Amino acid sequence: MIGLNFVYLVAGCFFAAAAVLGFVDRRWANGAFHALLALSFFAGDWIGDVGNGVLVLALVAVATSGRMRRGETVEPAAPRGPLLALALVIPVAALGGTLLFKQLPTVVDPAQATLVALAAGALLALVLCHLILKTPPLEGVRAGRRLLDEIGWAAIMPQLLASLGAIFAVAGVGTVVGGLAGAAIPAGSVFGAALAYGLGMALFTIVMGNAFAAFPVMISAIGLPLLVRGYGGDPAPVAALGMLAGFCGTLLTPMAANFNIVPAALLELKDRYGVIRAQAATAVPLLAFNILLIWWVVR
Amino acid sequence: MLVLSGVAVIALGFLLRFNPLLVIIVAALVTGLAAGLDPLAVLARFGHAFNQTRYVTAVYLVLPVIGLLERNGLQERARTLVAGLKGLTAGRLLASYLLFRQISAALGLIAIAGPAQTVRPLVAPMAEAAAERQGEGADEEARADPEQVRALAAATDNIGLFFGEDIFIAIGSILLMKGVLAGYGIVIEPFHLSVWAIPTAIAAFLIHGARLWLFDRRLVRRRAR
Repeated sequence: MIGLNFVYLVAGCFFAAAAVLGFVDRRWANGAFHALLALSFFAGDWIGDVGNGVLVLALVAVATSGRMRRGETVEPAAPRGPLLALALVIPVAALGGTLLFKQLPTVVDPAQATLVALAAGALLALVLCHLILKTPPLEGVRAGRRLLDEIGWAAIMPQLLASLGAIFAVAGVGTVVGGLAGAAIPAGSVFGAALAYGLGMALFTIVMGNAFAAFPVMISAIGLPLLVRGYGGDPAPVAALGMLAGFCGTLLTPMAANFNIVPAALLELKDRYGVIRAQAATAVPLLAFNILLIWWVVR
Repeated sequence: MLVLSGVAVIALGFLLRFNPLLVIIVAALVTGLAAGLDPLAVLARFGHAFNQTRYVTAVYLVLPVIGLLERNGLQERARTLVAGLKGLTAGRLLASYLLFRQISAALGLIAIAGPAQTVRPLVAPMAEAAAERQGEGADEEARADPEQVRALAAATDNIGLFFGEDIFIAIGSILLMKGVLAGYGIVIEPFHLSVWAIPTAIAAFLIHGARLWLFDRRLVRRRAR
C-alpha cells in the first residue's frame, strides 16, 4: 500500500540530491545537513530510537557550527510560459488527489491521502515544468537546493519542536500547566476554559516565538482534558482555532524574528518594533474573535 | 513543578538568543531528567519522536518546483498581476494585497510573496506613492508618515500569510496538529482542521481591512482640514 513510505522516499531523494549538489558546490556544512536529513528519511525506521537520537544530535551539531551558508542569489529570467498555471498544479493535485485516493483505500493509505497526493503532485508539476519550460534536467533540484539553503537549519525547527512536545507529554508538562491553569479557571465555566486556552496559546507563543511550541502544551493542558473531553467539544475546531490564537501571539512577539524583526530591517525602519506596532491593533481583536469562536463551538 | 524547568529553558534560551535548535535539545534533556528519565532514555524518546514526525519536514519536497518557477520569472509574473491594481489608495492597495496574500497562501503558494520578494520591491513603494498622492496639498505634518506606511505593508503581508496558510491542507501547522492529536489517539483528517481556519481568515480580512479603510479616511480628513 502507498503511504508515508512513498512520501518519505520522494522527500529523501530530494534531500539526497540537495546534499550531493551541496558537496559538488563545496558547501560542506549544508551538504552534511541535507545528507543527514536524507539518512533520516531513507533509514529512520531501521536505525533504532537511540540511532535517531544520535542523528538529531548530529543535525543540531552541524546547525550550530555556524558553517551553514545561505542560498546564493540568482537573477530570475524574464517571465515565460504558463507560470501561474504551473504554480497551481501542486495545490490542485493535492486537493484532487486527496479526494481520488479516498476512493482507493486498498491502493493508498486513506489516513495519508493528502501527503501522498502532495508528493505525487510535486512530481507531476516538476515533470510538467521541465516539459513545458524546457529547462535542463537538474535545474529543478538545483533551484530547490538553493531555497533549502535559504531556509537553512530552521527547516527542522518545527520537527524538533514537535519532538519536544512528545518529551513534554512523557514528563507530564501539560498536566502541570493544566493544573495551574485549571486552578485559575472557575469550575464548570466553558468560557473560562476557552479564555484560558486561547489566551494561553497567545501568551505561550509570545514567550516561545512560535505557535508550534505552544500547541502541544496547551492542547494537552486545557484543549483536550477540558474543552474536548470535559465539555464534549469537537477536537478539530478546538485544535485549529487554538493554533490561530497562537498566530495572533506570533504577530506580537520579537521572538518571531523572521516575521517581525527581519522585515523591519529590510524596510529600513528606524523603529525595530515598527512592524509589531503596526500588527498589534489587528492581532488583539482577532485573538478575541478566536477565543469567542472557541467558546461558541464548544458550549 | 520541576518538569516546567524545560519551559524556562526555552524562554531563557530564546531570550538570550542561543541557536533555537540547541535550546530545544537542552529543554528536552532538562525536562526528561526532571521527569526521572536517564539521559540515554531521553535521547531514545526524542529520537523516536523525531522519526515519527518526519512528515512535518517532508513538505519541503515541493521546493524544486517552486524554485524552478521562481527562476523562470514567477515573481515577476505575480508582480505584473499586482501592478495592474495601481491607481488605488494606499489602504485599498494594501487591502487588495491582503486578499491576494490570503488566497495564494490558502492555495499553498507561500513562497511567491514575502517581505523580500514582494513587500520591499513592490508593495511598500506602491503604498508609499499612493499615500503621498493622497496627502498632496496638505501641510507637512498632515501627510502620512512613510515609515508607518512601510510598516503597515509588512504587517499586511504577515497577516495575509498567517490567516491564509492554515486553509491549505498540507501546511506544517496542520500536519503538526494532526500529529499531536494522533499521539492522544484522536485521528483527524487535515481537511477538517483547515476548514476551521476559514472563519478566522474572514475575520482577519474584515478587521485589518477596516483598519486600512480608516487609514485612508484619516488621510482624506487631514487634507480637508
